[in-house]
Amino acid sequence: MTSIILLSVFGIANLFIGFMKSKRILLPLAILFLIVVFGVNLLSWNDTQSYFNNMLTIDNYAVAFTGIMVLTTLLLVPFSQRYVNEKDSNLAEYYSLLLFSLVGAIMMVSYENMLMLFVGIEILSIAMYVVAGSNKKSLRSNEAALKYFLMGAFFTGILLFGIVMIYGATGTFNITEIGAAQIATGGVMNSMFILGLLLVVIGISFKISAAPFHFWTPDVYEGAPTFFTAFMSTVVKTAGVAAFFKLMAAAFAASYAAWFPTMIAITVLTLVVGNIGAVVQGSAKRMLAYSSISHAGYLLMSLIAFNESSASSILFYSLSYATASIAAFGVLMLVADQKGSEKYEAFNGLGRTNPLLAFAMTVSMLSLAGIPLTAGFFAKFFVFSAVLQDSSLMWLVIIAVILAAVGIYYYFRVVIAMYMQPADNYEKIRVGSFASFTLIFITVLTILLGIAPALVSDIL
Amino acid sequence: MNQIPEVIRTIPLEYYLFFSAALFSIGVIGVLTRRNAIIIFMCVELMLNAVNLLLTALASYRGDASAQVFVFFIMAVAAAEVCVGLAIIVMTYRNIRSTDVQLLNYLKW
Repeated sequence: MTSIILLSVFGIANLFIGFMKSKRILLPLAILFLIVVFGVNLLSWNDTQSYFNNMLTIDNYAVAFTGIMVLTTLLLVPFSQRYVNEKDSNLAEYYSLLLFSLVGAIMMVSYENMLMLFVGIEILSIAMYVVAGSNKKSLRSNEAALKYFLMGAFFTGILLFGIVMIYGATGTFNITEIGAAQIATGGVMNSMFILGLLLVVIGISFKISAAPFHFWTPDVYEGAPTFFTAFMSTVVKTAGVAAFFKLMAAAFAASYAAWFPTMIAITVLTLVVGNIGAVVQGSAKRMLAYSSISHAGYLLMSLIAFNESSASSILFYSLSYATASIAAFGVLMLVADQKGSEKYEAFNGLGRTNPLLAFAMTVSMLSLAGIPLTAGFFAKFFVFSAVLQDSSLMWLVIIAVILAAVGIYYYFRVVIAMYMQPADNYEKIRVGSFASFTLIFITVLTILLGIAPALVSDIL
Repeated sequence: MNQIPEVIRTIPLEYYLFFSAALFSIGVIGVLTRRNAIIIFMCVELMLNAVNLLLTALASYRGDASAQVFVFFIMAVAAAEVCVGLAIIVMTYRNIRSTDVQLLNYLKW
């Protein structure tokens, strides 16, 4: 709760600090704000409290996911250095929007009432609509914002209708009471409840870009400025999956049999679309967009496993995916600024000109592909072992492993371009000190979690 | 003032349900078939108002204020969404001189 208040206050403070002529102070200040929030958030560990008449509950689940999301933002913010020098960029507003949308993300992982889920999703999404179109002159950015906004508002309507249907069937918005209402009827649900459940699942699937509601993802991720794409594909996805799992575990555990077939179809489709779609892309940014769809599929796998290790496997997967993605998008941003292209060819010769960037990119690609000694390997391992507790789901794990092998192909295209392809000109890319430090930090963290995953995997 | 729930209850709940569902479906069909961004947006608002209507009806049938409060939240959030949405549409209009969503096809898979 303190972190929600602090983030709101810091967001407003940031807007006022933006009045100052010099933009140099904004980046260190944003980092400071996020470090403070990260620390304050950890104080609530093992101290479960309810707020607002039991509409929000800050428990360990919420604290852990808040920690990941704040950490992700903290690692992302240093890559905004390019905006410091740009004349018509609104750096203070960008930071404030990120801080405000974090408030929504925190509400999404700590809600206890459907109302808070809705408000959290909207706080997060509305800020994202704005930043997706923050490059006002670029038609691609315009298109991304318009698409994201219209689709987002449409699926918010669907989510709301689902919430109302569930309210009509159970008479409450509280997720625990919704769960209790189904047990009271002995697991027998009327069609109104089933319809509501389906609509809510569709609404949240859109937010985490699960197929078949993923069609906006590649377009929006490609059109939006890379800095915000990184935020969307990490923080928004983490919040969405955490909210999804919390909803299913608290409200719809009794109707597991009703949503299980739908969810398994969504998961398989997401894995296939994400991985196969990424193979055929010529642009590295678009490949990362499809890869984020495929990672939503792996995250959903641990959701449908639906046992006591689901929460911790989602947590570990989110952390490893978010850190690796931030590094990948960060390097992509630096490379694309220099070369003016987001294609694979832009990475040619990076291994010779910027060994640090190339190494950080390689580690993050290995982690996303799930190669051992990186965090991504254990992330996939935990997800698969959570699913395999139910041995009838063996076929799902086999499909996922095959598609993970497909993933190695497109991730390694970047690595091959960096180390083996000759470049036209070997011009060194200038990297700010904050950004290099962050890349080193992410690389160390990824390898550390790949060697000692127990640091994070056992906390929930 | 406390007669309003009673007035609402003079019509059976099913009628509200079917009317809201119809309104919602009209909104969905509009979003899927229209090309003008502003009309799509109006259809989205129609969907939200179908939800509001159903919430109000359910609230007075159940005598539960929490659904009424939810309506206020939806209104407030929808207003915020209108601000951002219209700003995005205006920004797009300045660049392409149109609000036709099919003219924006720079991003293809």
